[in-house]
Amino acid sequence: MPQPTDQSTAVAPAAARHALTATGLSLGYDGIRIVDNLDLAIEPGAITVIVGANASGKSTLLRGLARLLPPQAGTVTLDGRDIAGLPSRQVATIVGLLPQQPIAPEGIGVADLVGRGRYPHQGWFRHWSSTDDAIVAEAMAATQTLELASRRMEELSGGQRQRVWIAMALAQKPDILLLDEPTTFLDVTHQVEVLDLLHEQNHDQGTTVVMVLHDLNLAARYADRLVVMRQGKIIAEGPPAQVLTEAVVLEAFGLTARVIPDPVCGSPMVVPIGRFHGTA
Amino acid sequence: MSAGAASVTRPAADAAPLTLARTVRHRRERRIVAALGVLVLLVAAVSLMVGAYNLSVPDLLRTLAGQGSSSENFIVFKLRLPRLTLAILVGVAFAVSGALFQTVLRNPLASPDIIGVTGGASAAAVFGLLVLGLGSVATSFMAFAGAMVVAAAIYLLAWRGGVVGYRFVLIGVGVAFMVQGLLGYLLSRADLRNAQDALTWLVGSVSGARWPEIAVLAAFLAVLLPAIGVLAGRMRMLQLGDDTASSLGVRAERSRLALLVTAVALAALATAFVGPLAFIAFVSAPIARRLVGTGSLALVPAALIGVLITTVADFTAQHLLPGSLELPAGIITGAIGAPYLLWLLATQNRIGKGA
Repeated sequence: MPQPTDQSTAVAPAAARHALTATGLSLGYDGIRIVDNLDLAIEPGAITVIVGANASGKSTLLRGLARLLPPQAGTVTLDGRDIAGLPSRQVATIVGLLPQQPIAPEGIGVADLVGRGRYPHQGWFRHWSSTDDAIVAEAMAATQTLELASRRMEELSGGQRQRVWIAMALAQKPDILLLDEPTTFLDVTHQVEVLDLLHEQNHDQGTTVVMVLHDLNLAARYADRLVVMRQGKIIAEGPPAQVLTEAVVLEAFGLTARVIPDPVCGSPMVVPIGRFHGTA
Repeated sequence: MSAGAASVTRPAADAAPLTLARTVRHRRERRIVAALGVLVLLVAAVSLMVGAYNLSVPDLLRTLAGQGSSSENFIVFKLRLPRLTLAILVGVAFAVSGALFQTVLRNPLASPDIIGVTGGASAAAVFGLLVLGLGSVATSFMAFAGAMVVAAAIYLLAWRGGVVGYRFVLIGVGVAFMVQGLLGYLLSRADLRNAQDALTWLVGSVSGARWPEIAVLAAFLAVLLPAIGVLAGRMRMLQLGDDTASSLGVRAERSRLALLVTAVALAALATAFVGPLAFIAFVSAPIARRLVGTGSLALVPAALIGVLITTVADFTAQHLLPGSLELPAGIITGAIGAPYLLWLLATQNRIGKGA
């Protein structure tokens, strides 16, 4: 299993490798501070998973990184330049975000929806081309949605729909892909399917992936780097094997648990204890 | 797999399913536009032919070609064609305005006639008519200004670091009630003859259309409609929600504001020229979207539906109702729109798209 320290050599470098960094970042709504003076450098080419209890600021951080939420203080920089000052479309060709609950217009077809991911690459004089078709087809092939091309979104199952949304995000061709709980509402089979797909995208295309996940064990298995948040701050960050300890789980979630090696791949696995079981 | 092999892109996927899906989608929309276009032509022809003095098809064609007798010329070019043209233009304006509101605010209730924008135009116009004693041109200006002021007020009241559809709609409905109250007050204070004039204006009618004012309306539309064409791409992204739109590089709030200003301008213009023709803005786009059914903006079909409703309503009001009384078209459009509103309210929560 590759150690996170040699990630940059283990993964083939993408044509352009971009760095997304938060410095002294504070985010919130209506004067309420949700993310508080936070520093985070997203490792290029790695999969970073953000975990934490409800309302710990995970989604807000993701929105801040994708410049959907202007900072109350601090900055988010892309390759050293303040993201707030960059043209939206230019940022969108590098950073993509799949929100937790994206909205599909009524009656929209799968191919149409995925094609909308090409928007930032189109301009006044550059309209739809065969290159766009090729990229969309590639994104749909990667997510196994090409055979759904002529279907409508509302005819699909939850898992299929999520794959279509990911295809749209891939069609955007972002070097850095942010996903807010991409596995919510999916059964465990489809959760693993979606995460495998993102792992593949990361390994084959070198896409930097940053996502919020609820399931700690899946997070530990798929992450190169784990970011643990509590009350708007990062309390631990690094390779899952180093970060996900019983003490950190207790601090972040208030949960007493045993952490044992995952029998499948040796990543840390959290086994909650609860009030009625165990002798600890 | 070696690191070198990993950087090679996947083998090119076959794009044929995409082109096929796109062809099917476009063909469907084109067919619907063609069918609606034919219907509009039919209604237009009938409304030019039928009246106190009926023209046959050859008569009409001859007259349109400039070969008509002086009485035929008078009937077509002075009476029927201006009225038809005005109905077509305001049909387009109302329908596209409603389509913009509903798409940008992602709420089927967001329509200028529901949220008090046309109401604001009415109140201002009635104030001009009854209190200031203005003429028709000045009244039109008042109506336009009224719609703009009310829309700006709703936008500012709904602003919380951004505007969300349902909040905009709720505040708009509240504002609509306030405007109604103001209207009632103005009408109850006026003397009967003046109130009668005001009431006629309030129902909305395309009668009394004259070429100079039609030219003014057409000129405004010639500016506003291409502007919407430019903004259409952004609108398609806004359909996916603000977060997705933003992550695709659309400045959501700014685009929404630009589209809302355009939509308000369209509704305000149309109201200024013909009064608040009820519900055309509200029903046209949903009908068009249902017909097309591909999640497209369906702006052209919506405009054609708006034209159809307006022209058919005006024709019905003129010729098809019993009695010699000629009714304003607004009565008919209201009769179409109200049941749709009831249906929408009854089904909306079930679908769970109320927000």
